[in-house]
Amino acid sequence: MSTNRREFLTECGKYLFLTSAATAALDFVIDGKAEAAPNYMMTDHWWAMTIDIEKCIGCGNCVRACAEENNVPVGFFRTWVERYYVPDFPSTKVEVDSPNGGKDGFPDQPHTGGKSFFVPKMCNHCSDSPCVQVCPVGATFETPDGLVLVDEKYCIGCRYCVQACPYGCRYIHPEKNTVDKCTLCYHRISKQLEPACCEACPTGCRKLADLKDPKDPVHEFLRVNSIQVLKPHMATGAKAYYRGLDGAVR
Amino acid sequence: MQEVLHGVEGFMYPDEVELQWSLLIVLYPYITGLVAGAFILASLERVFKVEAVKPTYRLALLTALAFLIVAPLPLQLHLGHPERSFEMYLTPHRTSAMAMFGFVYLWYLMVVLLLEIWLDYRKEIVILSKSKTGVMKWVYKAMTLGSDNISPGALRVDDRVGYVITVIGIPSAFLLHGYVGFIFGSVKANPWWSSPLMPIVFIFSAMVSGIAAVLVIYVATTLLRKEQVDMRCLDTIARYLFYAFVIDFSLELLDLVHRIYEADESFHTLDFMVHTRLYVSQIVIQIFLGTIVPLLLLAATQLARFQEAARRRIYLAASVLTLAGIFAMRWNVVIGGQLFSKSFLGYTNYKLEFATREGLLPAIALLILPFLILWGLVKLLPPWPSKEAAA
Repeated sequence: MSTNRREFLTECGKYLFLTSAATAALDFVIDGKAEAAPNYMMTDHWWAMTIDIEKCIGCGNCVRACAEENNVPVGFFRTWVERYYVPDFPSTKVEVDSPNGGKDGFPDQPHTGGKSFFVPKMCNHCSDSPCVQVCPVGATFETPDGLVLVDEKYCIGCRYCVQACPYGCRYIHPEKNTVDKCTLCYHRISKQLEPACCEACPTGCRKLADLKDPKDPVHEFLRVNSIQVLKPHMATGAKAYYRGLDGAVR
Repeated sequence: MQEVLHGVEGFMYPDEVELQWSLLIVLYPYITGLVAGAFILASLERVFKVEAVKPTYRLALLTALAFLIVAPLPLQLHLGHPERSFEMYLTPHRTSAMAMFGFVYLWYLMVVLLLEIWLDYRKEIVILSKSKTGVMKWVYKAMTLGSDNISPGALRVDDRVGYVITVIGIPSAFLLHGYVGFIFGSVKANPWWSSPLMPIVFIFSAMVSGIAAVLVIYVATTLLRKEQVDMRCLDTIARYLFYAFVIDFSLELLDLVHRIYEADESFHTLDFMVHTRLYVSQIVIQIFLGTIVPLLLLAATQLARFQEAARRRIYLAASVLTLAGIFAMRWNVVIGGQLFSKSFLGYTNYKLEFATREGLLPAIALLILPFLILWGLVKLLPPWPSKEAAA
């Protein structure tokens, strides 16, 4: 059980850059046996996402990473990016586009004047989710760590949850015939890894947040910035917190 | 690509371009509405002692049963995993409006309709089980459920219990269809659906469509049997159809006026939709041809005197238009509610397919099926006195 210099430095390097739980899990994840990694305590976490509108450059990295990580079928989206164009007064016609969900980036903005910005969208993992409320068999459920997930072995494919979601975040998987949506990369975050979209974001616009972790920078983010959630009047307890969200965004 | 295929105008969230609920989901409220309406018409005679509609009492019950048997089929066909639908009975999710479907349906089928029909027909079933031969003898024998006492005392008990069941059946019919309205009315994400008026509008539109359906079926079956149409009965049904329709239209107008006056953030989107993609089905078919014209026709028969033949034709025309109008209403609720984006920034189109699982062909088959079932039920349990008995 002797440790050579190379092994010692490798282990130290891991602890330097990763949290202790992620370090313990990394070897299992690399081996493709993430489920064998040390236990994850659901009650220790309350997951959310912070999205900084001013940092989004509409590159589509998040959409591509999500599609690849989660085998999202072509033409459907667990996350997507919208581009808003809000013209100057007196025009009030807001224009929005999201070609292929923003997966391939965006063509040049044809407008002059006004303002334009990108808005990444995803499941808001609401704490009072209408989708969970309406599911007739309980296949859509809230986890103790604050996520909304779907049991695809139980979903009957009635699509009531798709109708009930105010944010358009759900679709019917064309092969499984069950509902599908963002899981916040649960298979990754439960191993202390970032969701694929956050990891691929080059500007740090999207960040995973654990509200139960007092050391998480989310607390400062929420404290020092003006924060808004999408469609607050829906009272869904949305947990995708946007900084710099324009009133035009729907 | 999907945007192009569906003729999207403006912006839709990428996952909402394709409609989730199809023509089959239009059929579901239409069919359950006919069930509830037909039952309420039957209860007029039984509970409210409107003797004039007696010739349609049994026919209305059998019509309700025929349509109720078909009601869950469009839902089954629509599900992504129909083999799992039984989970709704085994592990219903208590907060879900939809989870109650199975229980409301079973209650209505087993406790209300089947029991009422059985009690009402028990005497005939027992007699037929003794007079018929061959297979039919055994069919009727099974239908007696071992209860072959048809003494006056036993029939009095049948009548009393039948009355109690009809009394329970009226709120149950309201529950059956009001509940369907609640499934739509409680979706706060969709302003086209989200309205506390929705269950009440559904109940009255159900009464309208059910009464109209029984009127058409009564006239058609009477003419097919080369019998005389009982005009007193027809006049009374048409009068109740008119009353129910006035209330139904008033409620829908109230909803419309409220939306226009309130003009919330969804108003311009919905207004645009009604004037473009829903113009034919909403303005032309539902409101003009399916509501105003039949209301005027029915009102004319209340105000002026027409010959019997003319009245019969007016009632028939009004009823057929009503049935088309209520179908358009279901279409506008279900399909219309999915044609606009929840971002209120764009519109999509519904592509109706033909010979697919949720296409036009199975929908037509599902609309024909209740009539085949009704034909079988009428053969098994004739709703009118036999010619020999009448002689």
